[in-house]
Amino acid sequence: MADLARILRRLGGGVVDKIWRLGYASRFIAMVLAASGMAFRRFSLTMRELYFAGVLSLVIISVSGLFVGMVLALQGFETLQNFGAAEAVGVLVATSLVKELGPVVAGLLFASRAGSAMTAEIGLMKTTEQLSAMEMMAVNPLARVIAPRFWAGVISMPMLAAIFSVMGVFGGWLVAVKLLGVDNGTFWSQMQAQIDFRLGIVNGVIKSLVFGTAITAIAVFEGYDATPTAEGVASATTRTVVASALAVLALDFVLTVFMFRGIGL
Amino acid sequence: MTLRDVKFSYGVRPVLRDVDLTIPRGKLVAIMGGSGCGKTTILRLIGGQLHPTSGDVLVAGRPIAKLRGDELFRMRRRMGMMFQFGALFTDMTVYDNVAFPLREHTRLPEDIIHDLVIMKLHAVGLRGAAELRPAELSGGMARRVALARTVALDPMLIMYDEPFAGLDPISLTIIGDLIRRLNDALGATSVVVTHDVVESLKIVDYVYFVAEGRVIAQGTPEQVRASAVPFVRQFIDGETDGPVPFHYPAASYSSELMAAQHG
Repeated sequence: MADLARILRRLGGGVVDKIWRLGYASRFIAMVLAASGMAFRRFSLTMRELYFAGVLSLVIISVSGLFVGMVLALQGFETLQNFGAAEAVGVLVATSLVKELGPVVAGLLFASRAGSAMTAEIGLMKTTEQLSAMEMMAVNPLARVIAPRFWAGVISMPMLAAIFSVMGVFGGWLVAVKLLGVDNGTFWSQMQAQIDFRLGIVNGVIKSLVFGTAITAIAVFEGYDATPTAEGVASATTRTVVASALAVLALDFVLTVFMFRGIGL
Repeated sequence: MTLRDVKFSYGVRPVLRDVDLTIPRGKLVAIMGGSGCGKTTILRLIGGQLHPTSGDVLVAGRPIAKLRGDELFRMRRRMGMMFQFGALFTDMTVYDNVAFPLREHTRLPEDIIHDLVIMKLHAVGLRGAAELRPAELSGGMARRVALARTVALDPMLIMYDEPFAGLDPISLTIIGDLIRRLNDALGATSVVVTHDVVESLKIVDYVYFVAEGRVIAQGTPEQVRASAVPFVRQFIDGETDGPVPFHYPAASYSSELMAAQHG
C-alpha cells in the first residue's frame, strides 16, 4: 500500500515537474517574443547570429544534401527500373527531398550544428555571469542576446532546408543522368510536371519554418536555463540535441498528417 | 544606501537572517565574511536582481524591490557592478566591452564614444590592450577592463564582488588603488564584498562583518584591527578554528568510524 502510494506520488511529481517546465519554457519564449523589438531595429545584431547559425552551417548542409540526393537516386533507380520507370527517378528524388528529407535532415543537422552551439554559448555566458552583468548594466539579455539568436535560427532554417534540397537534387542528377544514363531532358521535365508548388514546395517551407522555430526555441531556452556549471552546460547541450531531434520527428509526423491528401478525405 | 532588517532565503534555506547596514554617500565600504555567508546576495539585493523576503533595501532613498521595469533599469544605469571574474563579454574586444554600456544607453556619436573608452582604459592603464580579446588577458588585466566598463557611465554607486579573488600581489595592489581612486574621482559610493582582509583594510572607510546571516561586527579599519570579537580576530589572523569551525557539521567522529567497522 505504502509502495503504491510512493510510486503514484513519484509519477505525479514527475508529470507535474514536466508540465511546470513546459509552462516555464513557454513563458520564456513569450518573453523573448515580447523583447524582440531590438532584434529587428538593430538588425546587425541578428545578422551576426545569422552568420553563426546560418552561414557556418552551409558546408555541412550542402555536403549532406549532396550525398543524400545521390543515395536517393541510386536506391530509387534500382526500384523504379523494375517497373520500367527509371526516368521518374528525378521526381522521386525531388519529392522526397522537398517534402520530407530536406526539412527533416536539415533540421536534425541544424540542431546538432547550430542549436548545440547556441545552447553552449548562452549557457557559458550565464556561467561566467555575462548575462547578469548585462542585466546590471540595465540591458535586457533577452532582447540583446536571446532574441537575435532566436530570430536568426527561425530565418536561416528554411533557407538551409532549401539549400539542402537543391544540393540533393543536384546530387540525384549527377547519379541518375551522369552515372546511370537517365535522359537529361526527361529527368528535368518529369520533375517539373510532377511537383506541385503548393503541395510540395510550400508545405516543405512550412515544415522547415516550424522545425527552425522549435529547434531554436529549445536551444535558447536550454542555454538560458542551464545550471551555471561546466556539467550543467554540458547536459543542457545534450538536452538541446535530443529534444530538438525528437521535436523535429514528432512535428514532422503531425504536419504530414495535416498535409496528407492521399486517401481523399 | 541602507539595508533595514533584511531577511532573505533561497527556498527554505535562510541566507540573510537580519541584516542592517548603512553605506553613506561618497564612502568606500567593505562587507566581509567567510565564503557562502551571503555577501554576494547582499549585492544582488542592492542591484535589484533579488528581492528580500522581508525588510527594505533603499538605494538613494528609494526601495529597490518596489521599482518596476523602467524605473529599475533607470536606477541600474546609475549603478555599476564588477563581477567576481570580470564577466567580460567574450565575443567582443576589450574596446567594445568598455564601449558596450555607452553604446546601449547613450546616443553619442562614435568618435565621442572612442574618446570616452580610451579615457576609461587609460585610467586603468590598459589603453594599449584595446584590441585584445578577453581570452588574451591575464586575470588582473581582465579585472581592470571590467573596472573600466563598470565606470563607463560614471555611476553613483559601484559594487565590487570579490575584486581581489585570485590575483597576484601586484595586481591586488593595483586593483585596490584603482577602487579607491575611482571612488574619490567620481564622487561615487562604493561597496566592496570581499574576504581579503589585508587588502581591503588598506583602502576602505568602514567595514561590516557578516556571519550566519547577520552583521556581527563593524567599524573603521582601525577599530576592526583592534577588535576583540572572536570572529573578527579569527578572520583577521586567519586561524583555522574558532567561531567558524574547521569541521563541517557531522556525526561524532568516533561513532562514524565504529559504525563502518561493524557494518
